[in-house]
Amino acid sequence: MDDAATVTPPAAPAIAGAASDAQFLRVDRLTKRFGEVAAVDDVSISIRKGEIFALLGSSGCGKSTLLRMLAGFETPTSGGIYLEGKEISGLRPFERPINMMFQSYALFPHLTVWENVAFGLKRHGQPADRVAAQVERMLGLVQLKPYAQRKPHQLSGGQQQRVALARSLALEPRLLLLDEPLGALDRKLRAQTQFELHSIIKNVGVTCVLVTHDQEEAMTMADRIAIMSAGGFVQVGAPREIYETPGSRFVADFIGTVNLFDGALVEDEPDHCVIDTPAGRFYIGHGITGVKGQRLSVALRPEKIELSTTAPERCEFNCLRGRVVESAYFGATSLYRVTLGDGTRLQVSVPNSERHGEVITVGADVFATCSADALVVLVN
Amino acid sequence: MSSLALPAASSKPSGARSRLLGRFAGVNWGRKAVIGIPFAFLVVFFSLPFLVVLKISVSDADGVQFKDLIDFADGTLSLHLKLADYIFLVTDPLYLETYASSVKYAAINALLCLLIGYPFAYFMTRARPTMRPILVMLVSLPFWTSYLLRIYAWKGLLDDNGVVNNFLLWLHLIDSPIKMMYTPFSMTIGMVYTYLPFMILPLYGTLVKADPRLLEAAGDLGTTPWKAFWLITVPLSKAGIIAGSMLVFIPSVGEYVIPELLGGPQTKMIARVLWDEYFQNVDWPMASAVAVSMVVLILIPLVLLNRYQSVDGRTDDAGARRPTKAMGAAG
Repeated sequence: MDDAATVTPPAAPAIAGAASDAQFLRVDRLTKRFGEVAAVDDVSISIRKGEIFALLGSSGCGKSTLLRMLAGFETPTSGGIYLEGKEISGLRPFERPINMMFQSYALFPHLTVWENVAFGLKRHGQPADRVAAQVERMLGLVQLKPYAQRKPHQLSGGQQQRVALARSLALEPRLLLLDEPLGALDRKLRAQTQFELHSIIKNVGVTCVLVTHDQEEAMTMADRIAIMSAGGFVQVGAPREIYETPGSRFVADFIGTVNLFDGALVEDEPDHCVIDTPAGRFYIGHGITGVKGQRLSVALRPEKIELSTTAPERCEFNCLRGRVVESAYFGATSLYRVTLGDGTRLQVSVPNSERHGEVITVGADVFATCSADALVVLVN
Repeated sequence: MSSLALPAASSKPSGARSRLLGRFAGVNWGRKAVIGIPFAFLVVFFSLPFLVVLKISVSDADGVQFKDLIDFADGTLSLHLKLADYIFLVTDPLYLETYASSVKYAAINALLCLLIGYPFAYFMTRARPTMRPILVMLVSLPFWTSYLLRIYAWKGLLDDNGVVNNFLLWLHLIDSPIKMMYTPFSMTIGMVYTYLPFMILPLYGTLVKADPRLLEAAGDLGTTPWKAFWLITVPLSKAGIIAGSMLVFIPSVGEYVIPELLGGPQTKMIARVLWDEYFQNVDWPMASAVAVSMVVLILIPLVLLNRYQSVDGRTDDAGARRPTKAMGAAG
């Protein structure tokens, strides 16, 4: 995972004294240790103004600790946090122009929706009419005006989530933090809510860092995703980039489903390379500047494979023979598990684009083929 | 903490009687018995004696005999209620003053217990989770020795030649012993000492359920920790404050042993008056009237508490329970 160290902030023109929009939020070599364990280990990143940035990782990867350091609930062991060029890691939570939407919302149960949203405004000593106007605006934004006088427990999970959003946006923070924003919602509601949440945040235009363990949530919500593991960034990039060109076995495996083949490099030219694996020989449409004989992995997404019962004209490269051992019909797609000649399992996802297309049954001998640019070579 | 193991009555209908009992098959008799037996116990051993006392308080005494309340003679059904004792109760300043003084000391006691107990309970919830059961046990530790014994122990501490005075004399901080025993001071110390656990335990019960993220959220929205405490922690522990205050206040009003042992002429308490009426004046109707008034006096805050809980308790309950729901997914 050398990539973790090589993720550097995009080179921005250094403007003396002021931060450019590209470095709206800059995290510089941030580390947080709990005793011997580094929860966040030497992390650096720059986040653009107006960007939605997701920290994605499984539990214990340090994403929550990083978010809590941004909010001010944890003090960094070393490193700095710069918001618009100003170092903020010494400020206490209530002194930062940052607001957070908490996991499972942390709404004040003894206050009404209106009072919850007004809470921060009142603490900042705003006059009553300004408070009222802003609360009205926020409740309008999340379409909760009719519920202003309800207590949180009288609302559904989705409504509570919107109250939490309104409350965290009411102070017009420079930076919005979302901790598992959809984690407390059930699956169906989540799908609908993530688009809603995304459009509200984009409308408001606030820069946003969100933490999630759900890759779908990260992909739909974020402009850029940082995959975290063991306190560091494994890969940072746009959702498409991370999915299509994962930089490591870990990322390929973490995001979506993937078939991985371990093999050795046998041919490496500027325009192509060939990798030999026990399952078959792969031809990849680009060179990798490696050493012949080098051990590598090839990643292949299930939806980038074509399955056929008839042999293709040429079956020299990117052509695997096997037998279907399992199939599942999902409506839009069908999933097949194929056992290859060397015993490895291949997952194949086939779109059911034709109503009466070819039906591949369990037990059938099949050919799995893919194009030269469907494959990704992983060095580590 | 209160684990009462009651023998649940077995409810299996047996043999030939099963047809008759079959009608009640849907009813969970075991559960009813668990609630019903203690309930019946309370009805029998509280309500009935209370009704007896109530009857005595309005009865005409004829020597040691009480006349019947309902009398049927010459075709007339007559009901005799002697209210003279109640009238005397509200007209003689002794009783009113003693009532007021009882309420005053009970209120002072509840307030002091709250002031001492709240920070105590609060920091108990901040202790390491493994420490908490030990702290709870320590709070309830005084219950392991006799209450009477512990009150007597205060005598040894506060007397003119008790431990405290001797210690201060030895330090040459004072020249002659300070009069502490048989004053409002000694009584208040005894009361606070005795009743503090009844304040701490319900407060701890509500405070421990509080979600620490609510305080973080308040801080995030621009509140200093001190303000967040007053705006979030205190309102959310309202149920505990009320429960604890009632648990201290109600028995304090009728407290007899502590004023008797540690109190003095200045600390007039209604239970003392009650005792005197029964055992010195042997005026049972008067004593009963005092007792009935005391129960009524205590009933008022209880009714208020009940009403508060039925209106607001639901809200606090739901709020306190929810935050535990989605904590599993923390990164």
